[in-house]
Amino acid sequence: MRYMLLIYSDESHYGKLTEEENETLMRDYYAFQEGLMGAKAYIDGARLHPTPTATTVRVRGGKRSTTDGPFAETKEQLGGYYLIEAPDLDAALGWAEKVPTSRYGSVEVRPLWEME
Amino acid sequence: MTRDALERVFRTKYGSLLASLVRHAGGDFEAAEAALSDAFVAALEQEVLPDRPAAWVFAIARRRLVDRARRRGALELPDDLASPPVSEAPDDLVIAREDFPHEDDRLRLIFTCCHPALAPEAQVALTLNALSGLSAREIARAFLVSDVTMSQRLVRAKAKIRRAGIPYRVPPGGLLAERLDAVLTSVYLIFNEGYSAALGDALVRRELADEGIRLARLLVELLPDEPEARGLLALLLLQDSRSDARVSPQGELVLLEDQDRSLWNRSKIDEGLVELDRALAARRAGPYQIQAAIAALHARATDAEATDWNEIEWLYAELLRRQPSPVVALNHAVAVAMARGPAEGLALVKRLVAEGALEGYLYLHSTRAELLVRTEQLGAARAAYRRALELADNALERRFLASRLERLDG
Repeated sequence: MRYMLLIYSDESHYGKLTEEENETLMRDYYAFQEGLMGAKAYIDGARLHPTPTATTVRVRGGKRSTTDGPFAETKEQLGGYYLIEAPDLDAALGWAEKVPTSRYGSVEVRPLWEME
Repeated sequence: MTRDALERVFRTKYGSLLASLVRHAGGDFEAAEAALSDAFVAALEQEVLPDRPAAWVFAIARRRLVDRARRRGALELPDDLASPPVSEAPDDLVIAREDFPHEDDRLRLIFTCCHPALAPEAQVALTLNALSGLSAREIARAFLVSDVTMSQRLVRAKAKIRRAGIPYRVPPGGLLAERLDAVLTSVYLIFNEGYSAALGDALVRRELADEGIRLARLLVELLPDEPEARGLLALLLLQDSRSDARVSPQGELVLLEDQDRSLWNRSKIDEGLVELDRALAARRAGPYQIQAAIAALHARATDAEATDWNEIEWLYAELLRRQPSPVVALNHAVAVAMARGPAEGLALVKRLVAEGALEGYLYLHSTRAELLVRTEQLGAARAAYRRALELADNALERRFLASRLERLDG
């Protein structure tokens, strides 16, 4: 099955990291991704620019409205994702636990809606 | 097939039949359930009862699953061509040995129902539905929610199992400890829902308590080397042994110390004590074994005065160390009051009041009131009883607290 790991955290956290902490985090992410690839579980993944770069589009009554910012103000923001292949939810949760951000943020695991 | 005989099969075999069918359906709960209920309907339509009704029902249900799989595999053919009509004659029951329901299936089912990815209330409902064969309606009645709410809860949980890919298996070593906890908690909640609350239909409640014990027994049978499963069974038996003494013939709640101990069920106590000893022999104590050991000390005391409160206090302290929670701390405070006097217990209760975590918890206020009475602070005791009374949500508790309050005023 394919699962999406949605990585949420308080994005202001990153601004407060020392250079050393930042490097450790990058190394941890690199190692995590290597692990996914080695297990042939990796499909795709990326880090997102923080929410001040976000633009939200809605179409109402056929008319487009475009607003600055994310779709909702929340304490933790979507900061990146992985798309993985895993045999079942337990395996996907096992990967989620290893996402470095899970130590201070949250990782939401969602199965992809597969077309039958 | 006669309705009575079939009902017996349903009551005793539903869980294991479903458990095995879910395996055959590759973990698809809904498909397994639909096949099983079709098979029971087909069985009802039979004139005579087959020799082995459970095997008969199972064979029909399995065939439904095979048909369904065949239909799915041959999408280009119309349904009626892909699947020739099935003969329901029970004479061609050739089932391979490994296809028969076996114990592992029920264990798989219970671990799947209690997967932590499901909400606790869904775990409890699903366990009762899948393992005990209770309908959404029966579970709704027991948990005092509407039929619609309960049906939705079950449908959502089953859909999540399928869509999110919750595996149908007993979790491997690394995950087992966390997952076993969830299973034991669900079984305890099922029992407790039947045992503790006096609301609702008494008969349904009795059934839930019995079902909790039955499930705990099943866990012990399936996991004989897990002392906590055995500890849970011991705890439930020991608590349940007091159920006839908890409410007076006038329908009043009776505190443990005031209970007529001749009403305690000896055979349940004996069985509970044996299970507890066997659990403790493994020398891997855990919260359920400790709570069972506390219940055992009550069960062994011939009257309230003979209760070994020092030992109980020690056990609660141990439980608190392993499972720090305000409710356990409150129980510990009561044990301290009984072992070393009400003033010491009251000091601990006051600390809990100051922490505020149990402000909405009736027993914090009723315990505090009781200890205030025993230390002769009657004005404060009245206020505490009144606060408890505000929080009481069932008639039994309200009547009990009101009578305590009356005694103070009188």
